[in-house]
Amino acid sequence: MKRVPVLEARHIVKELGQGDAKIRALKGVSLTLFPGEFTLLMGPSGSGKTTLLSILGCILSPTSGTLTVSGECATGRSAEELADLRRRHFGFIFQAYNLFPTLNALDNVKIALDVRGFGAAERRERAEAALRDVGLSHRLNSYPGTLSGGEKQRVAIARAIASSPSIVLADEPTSALDTENGHAIMALLAKLAKDENRTILAVTHDPRTIPYANRVIEIEDGRISGQKKSAEAPHNIAEHQTGSGRVKNNQRRKRHVHA
Amino acid sequence: MIIKLAIRNLFHDRARFLVTLVGILFAVVLVAVQLGMYFGARLMITGMIDHAKGDIWIAAYGAESFEQAPLLTGRERFTALSVPGVVAVTPLLVSFSDWRRPDSSTTNVVVIGSDEDEASLEPWNIVEGAATSTSPDGVIVDRTYAKSLGVSGAGEIGEIEGKRVRVEALTNGIRSFTTSPYVFTSLNKAHKLLSIPSDQATFYLVKLAPGAAAAEVKRELASRLPGASVYTKAEFLQRNLDYWLFGTGAGVALLGGALLGLIIGTVIVAQTLYSSTKDHLGEFATLRALGSSSYYIHKVILTQAAVSAFAGYTLGAGLSLAIAAFSGETALPIVFTPGLAAFLFAVTLAMCVVSAVSSILKVTKIDPAMVFAR
Repeated sequence: MKRVPVLEARHIVKELGQGDAKIRALKGVSLTLFPGEFTLLMGPSGSGKTTLLSILGCILSPTSGTLTVSGECATGRSAEELADLRRRHFGFIFQAYNLFPTLNALDNVKIALDVRGFGAAERRERAEAALRDVGLSHRLNSYPGTLSGGEKQRVAIARAIASSPSIVLADEPTSALDTENGHAIMALLAKLAKDENRTILAVTHDPRTIPYANRVIEIEDGRISGQKKSAEAPHNIAEHQTGSGRVKNNQRRKRHVHA
Repeated sequence: MIIKLAIRNLFHDRARFLVTLVGILFAVVLVAVQLGMYFGARLMITGMIDHAKGDIWIAAYGAESFEQAPLLTGRERFTALSVPGVVAVTPLLVSFSDWRRPDSSTTNVVVIGSDEDEASLEPWNIVEGAATSTSPDGVIVDRTYAKSLGVSGAGEIGEIEGKRVRVEALTNGIRSFTTSPYVFTSLNKAHKLLSIPSDQATFYLVKLAPGAAAAEVKRELASRLPGASVYTKAEFLQRNLDYWLFGTGAGVALLGGALLGLIIGTVIVAQTLYSSTKDHLGEFATLRALGSSSYYIHKVILTQAAVSAFAGYTLGAGLSLAIAAFSGETALPIVFTPGLAAFLFAVTLAMCVVSAVSSILKVTKIDPAMVFAR
C-alpha cells in the first residue's frame, strides 16, 4: 500500500537578512515525512537545520518553494493562517523547554490545549493523560523551577503530544540533558512515533540519538547532503530504555484537533 | 487559562504589580477628588436656585450670578403679575455684606432676604433652633460656617453693617461656592440690614399657573421687561454654572486636574504593563509558536490590564470614599455618588485598556521563530 506523506517540502529556499547582509540559509531543500516515522535532522552549526525546522513547522515562511501539510498547501499563507496550521497539525518541543514558569506542569500542558480550543474538562483529562504517559503523574502540581531538566523536557513533550498532533517537531531535545535523561527522552519520542503513528522530526547534534531514529537526514550549507536509514531497529531500543516514560497507544486521545 | 496566566504574570513580579496598583490608585483618587469637588461645586452653585420655588427668575440686566446681580426697581414685579400664566411674583434680596464677629473682626457674607410665599427661597435642612419670621433681628446661618462667623449655636449674636443680628437657627449643608457664608433673613430685615429701599429687589421669582408654558411666559415677560433679564429655572442654573465654573476657570481647573490624573495613570499603567509584556515576550512567542492566534495573546494582555484596573480601582475607590467622608463637614465637600463610582470604574478600565495598546502592538510584532533562539 502506498504511504501518504504527512509533510512534503519541495525546493525550499530561505533567504535571511537584507541587502549586502543577505544570506541564503536554505538552497532548495526537498524532503518528505511519513506517519509513524521518527526522523533526525543532523548537521553542523549554521547548516540551516533550525531554519528548515521553522519552515517545516509553519513558523517561518520560505522565500520560495512549496510546503504541504496533511494535504494543505502551507506556502503564501498569512501569519494567522500559519498559526492555524500549527494549531491543527503540530506539536513542538524546544531545546530550552519554553515552559511557563508561573504555571505548574499540569497548567503548562493545559494552556497548549486551551490555545487549541479544548474545553475545560477535556483539557484536564488530556493534560493528565499526557503527563502520565511521560511518567510525570506524580509531578502535576510542580512548577518548572522545581523540576529537573529531564522532567522539564518530559513536560514539554506532554505539552506537544496532548492534543494528538500528527507531527511533532523537536529542536535539540537532548542538548540540555545528561546522558541518561537524553536516552530516556529519545526513547520516549521513538515510542511515540511507533505506538501512536506520529511523525516526529528532531533536530540534533548528538550522534548518540541516531539509533533511536528510523531515518537520518544530513544537512550541510543549506542543502540536504545525505539520508540514511538507521541501522538498528529503533523500537527495540525504545522499549528497552523508555523507563518511567510509559507511552501507550492511546487511540482514545487521537481525536481531531480543534480548529 | 487566560485569566490564570494573566494573574500569574501580574503576580510573578510583585514589586512591579504594586507599582501598577499604586499608579492606578493615585490616578483614581486624583480623578475622584477632582470630579467630586467639581460635583460638590455644582451642588453649591445650584443649591439656592434648586431650592427656590419660583419657575422663572427675573434679574436686572447684566446679572452675572445669584450672588452678583444689580438691583431691580420694583416696577418689574407689577408688570410680571399682569402676564397671563403668572400666579405669584416674590421678591428676593441678595447681596454681599460684612459680618462682624463678637471679637470685632469681620468676614464677608451673602445676605438673602425672602419671605415665605408661593415662589420664595427659604432655608432648608434646619438642624438647630427654628425659623421665626416675627423675630426682629433673627437670621439663619449654616453650621459649617458657625466658627468663621464667631458663633457656636442658636441664640448667639453677630452684626451686619453695624446692626445687631441674632442667630435663631442653624442649617446643615447649605454651603457657598464663593466661601462667603449665606445668611438668611426675612425680606424686611434684609432691606434694613443692607439699607436698601423696601421697593427694590435683586430678583423676582415667578410662580407659574398649573399648565402654563414656561417658555411662552418667559418670552412674554422678556418682551414686557426690556431692562431686565428673564430666565427659566434651568437657564438660570446653567448661567450660574457657566459663570462660576467656566467664567472663573474653577471648573476648568478641576476637570483639568481630573484629566491630568487620567494621563498620569495611563502612563504609569502603560509603562508597567509594557515592561511586564517585554519580560514575558518569550512566553508569548511560545504561545504563538504553539499556534495561538494574536487575539488569544491580546486577551491575556487585556485581562492583565483589566485585573490591574479592578484591583487598583477597588483600592482607589475605597480611599476616595474615605476622603469624601472626611470632607463632608468642610466648606468644600467632595461628592462621591454611586454614579461617579460607576463612571470612575469605567474610566479606570478604559485607562488600563488604553495602556495595554503599546503592549499589544509589541506582541503583534512578535516573531514565533524566537522560540528557537539559542
